Amino acid sequence: MFVSILFFIFSFLILASALLVITSKNPVNSVIFLIFSFFNAAGIFLIAGAEFLALIMLIVYVGAVAVLFLFVVMMLDLNFEELNKKTNFVKTGIITAGILIAEMIVLFVYYPEEQSFIINKNNELNSLTNTEIIGSKIYTEHFYHFQIAGLILLVAMIGAIVLTLRHRDNVRRQDISSQVSRDQEKNVELKDITFEESE
Amino acid sequence: MIFEIGIYHYTILSAFLFFTGVFGIFLNRTNLIIILMSLELILLSVSINFISFSVFLGDITGQIFSLFILTVAAGEAAIGLAILVVYFRNSGNINVNEINKMRG
Repeated sequence: MFVSILFFIFSFLILASALLVITSKNPVNSVIFLIFSFFNAAGIFLIAGAEFLALIMLIVYVGAVAVLFLFVVMMLDLNFEELNKKTNFVKTGIITAGILIAEMIVLFVYYPEEQSFIINKNNELNSLTNTEIIGSKIYTEHFYHFQIAGLILLVAMIGAIVLTLRHRDNVRRQDISSQVSRDQEKNVELKDITFEESE
Repeated sequence: MIFEIGIYHYTILSAFLFFTGVFGIFLNRTNLIIILMSLELILLSVSINFISFSVFLGDITGQIFSLFILTVAAGEAAIGLAILVVYFRNSGNINVNEINKMRG
């Protein structure tokens, strides 16, 4: 009962903050509501029993992705008045979302009474913890998928660096080899000062 | 009984979150950042779907694939925001309706 009430609270907060993400005027508020939505989704995952995914969700989304969004919003120096001019695509959006909702209603109406999928309640899920099961599966059965996920992260990192790197000409950078190879003869110059000129 | 949380509740939550994300893409045609956030909402709803079916079917594969969705979402956000920063540096705005320089 208590868990059910928690589920309804979390799901209501997810949907409300998702609506605020897409309708708020200021992108900073959108990012804050996105973070709040991810927190509530982590709560939903905890209720469902996926503790590892809930905490990874918090670390990756709140700690990395949302902070990345915040940095970009602050870096871009946007003109908010120009951004808030609404376009005439609201009708298209309502039509598209309405078609999707109608499809979902049709699916729920024609849902078969008997459960047609096979429930695989083996006791593997009951004896170990959630993290142990994921760790034992991900390094054995899904090993190649895991490697490909690492490759995707590598490509994303290199791509982001390559896209945003630029060399400006008027910036003095460190040049290690030329700095180390300085010597006294090239850089220090002794001059004779004559005192007769000042008199 | 409505207070017993079943697979229906998770599926309905995921469906409404998905609709919110799709609607957000159409609603904010002038702000590219909010479109990227709507994509994150859509991926979150898919993640909720995977995890709920994984728990209710007793198969851990759904949670492992949700982990991969997390990976792809992080990479997609990084690349998308990098492209956004480069585009803003070149053109000075991020209006989606004016991104048509590739049109012949």
